Amino acid sequence: MDVIKLDTSAEFTAMADAYERSGGDPSVLKMADVSSLVVSGNKILSANQTEGVVLEKESTESGVDIMLTIKKGYTIPNPVHLCFGVLPKEGLQQINVTMIAEEDSSVELIAHCTFPNSEHVIHKMDGKIIIHRNASLTYNETHFHGKKGGVEVIPKAKITIEEGGRYYTGFTLVSGRVGFLDLDYEVDAGKDAICELNAKVYGKGDDKILIKEKVFLNGENARSVIKSRVAISDNAVAEFTGVTEGHAPYARGHVDCVEVVQGNAIAKAVPIVMVDDPLAKVTHEAAIGSVDKKQVDTLCARGLEENEAVDAIVKGMLK
Amino acid sequence: MGGVYILSVKNIKLKRDGKELLRGVDLEIGECEIHSVIGPNGAGKSTLAYLLMGIGGYSPEEGSVHFNEEDITQFTITQRAKHGITLAWQEPARFEGLTVHDYLSIGAGGTGKVSENTLRHALEMVDLSPDKYLHREVSEALSGGERKRIEMASILTMKPKLAILDEPDSGIDVVSLKEVVALIQDLKKNGSSVFVITHREEIVAASDKASLMCDGMIVKTGSPAEISDFFIKKCKPCDVETHDLKGG
Repeated sequence: MDVIKLDTSAEFTAMADAYERSGGDPSVLKMADVSSLVVSGNKILSANQTEGVVLEKESTESGVDIMLTIKKGYTIPNPVHLCFGVLPKEGLQQINVTMIAEEDSSVELIAHCTFPNSEHVIHKMDGKIIIHRNASLTYNETHFHGKKGGVEVIPKAKITIEEGGRYYTGFTLVSGRVGFLDLDYEVDAGKDAICELNAKVYGKGDDKILIKEKVFLNGENARSVIKSRVAISDNAVAEFTGVTEGHAPYARGHVDCVEVVQGNAIAKAVPIVMVDDPLAKVTHEAAIGSVDKKQVDTLCARGLEENEAVDAIVKGMLK
Repeated sequence: MGGVYILSVKNIKLKRDGKELLRGVDLEIGECEIHSVIGPNGAGKSTLAYLLMGIGGYSPEEGSVHFNEEDITQFTITQRAKHGITLAWQEPARFEGLTVHDYLSIGAGGTGKVSENTLRHALEMVDLSPDKYLHREVSEALSGGERKRIEMASILTMKPKLAILDEPDSGIDVVSLKEVVALIQDLKKNGSSVFVITHREEIVAASDKASLMCDGMIVKTGSPAEISDFFIKKCKPCDVETHDLKGG
């Protein structure tokens, strides 16, 4: 165990506060038996690594470079917590991250990204994730944005899953305004690999949402699900592109997108499925439109006003 | 029933897409009365249920609906629900992310307005284990039978003055049918009136009154035995396409 630094500065307190508002438990950021990293802008405010976790990090001009390795054979008992954010109204945060889950290891990462005061903040992530043989990596990222929407969130990641590896990811941006989101994940799944990509986003005002998730089922019996849930209102725009290609025998993939549109918002869904092996199978479903009338009527028949019913349905979908 | 009507429907006419679906419906339901309505498919039974609930697109061209002597003909669904009217759909809606706990709480006036024990009791009443179901989603993962039971649990927690049940018996087995009859009787014991659309004689027999609906009209109202008998013996010659009281 290697406690690197615990920062009790006002900035750490502010980040911890924003972390809590985004649904995280700030007490974990000070626990010795929990691996964690707190980065504000390009400042590393605290970092902790536990047995089986190697956390290398370096501050750069506009962000941080991170190398996170889960050692071979280790199952990390507590989730690793990552807290990124920009507290001022303006700023750029560039995160370059490489995550490696070595053979037979298992880890869950929980990332919270907070931009509570943003008027013009750019948050970029370039990620490279390698999940080695029979390893499992779960990465859940939740965003907390302010009400003004002046954030550009640009996460890009290339993920490689080796034989028998498992990768689960969830991206959630439902608190505050999105601003501009351009998410682009690409997965190469090997033999017997399992991959699940989930995204939940609620756009309002003039938010612009672009979600591109691509899975290439290159190994025999590789399996994947891409699941996207987007709600947009006002003048927001959303475009979801879900690509799954089956290139090996018994590969199975599914793309599932639901977009709920309110007001003058515009949604587009592009599921692209391709198979070049006769024993592979990829399916897709997409539904775009207003909230289902029967769902609304049902909740109204229990006493909710129509706007309350729509709110409950959308919140449920994004939960 | 002493002539005290909680619901009074007079000469309701409804057209949709140019077709006359209801052609002058008259109906009265007493306080704490179980009133079943039977009739062939296409007779207008579900249409009448939707109209009574105030569902969009089911507003009458003519006629009136009074509830506790108040004219509610132009009321929205929510207004009717707040007056104590609710509807259980034949094919209940499913909700991704909404748990059974959330769903039952909404019917009971909102989270925090009802104890978890009440919700658990409602699930037990419909023979669903609270430990297993309370925190499950009301989603596609539930079977049709489970979803219908949750719908009934929702009605029980809402404690409506008038419960409109659209074929609570559809798609269930004989054992479950007995439970549905018991639940309808429980609603009555707890002070609700029940308007139930059914194809099952067991439910008709458990009613205080029954009506026969055919071709957009209520053609006869009387005792359950009288209406069942009339339907089976006298309705076959009519020109509505199907007659399916027997066998559901």
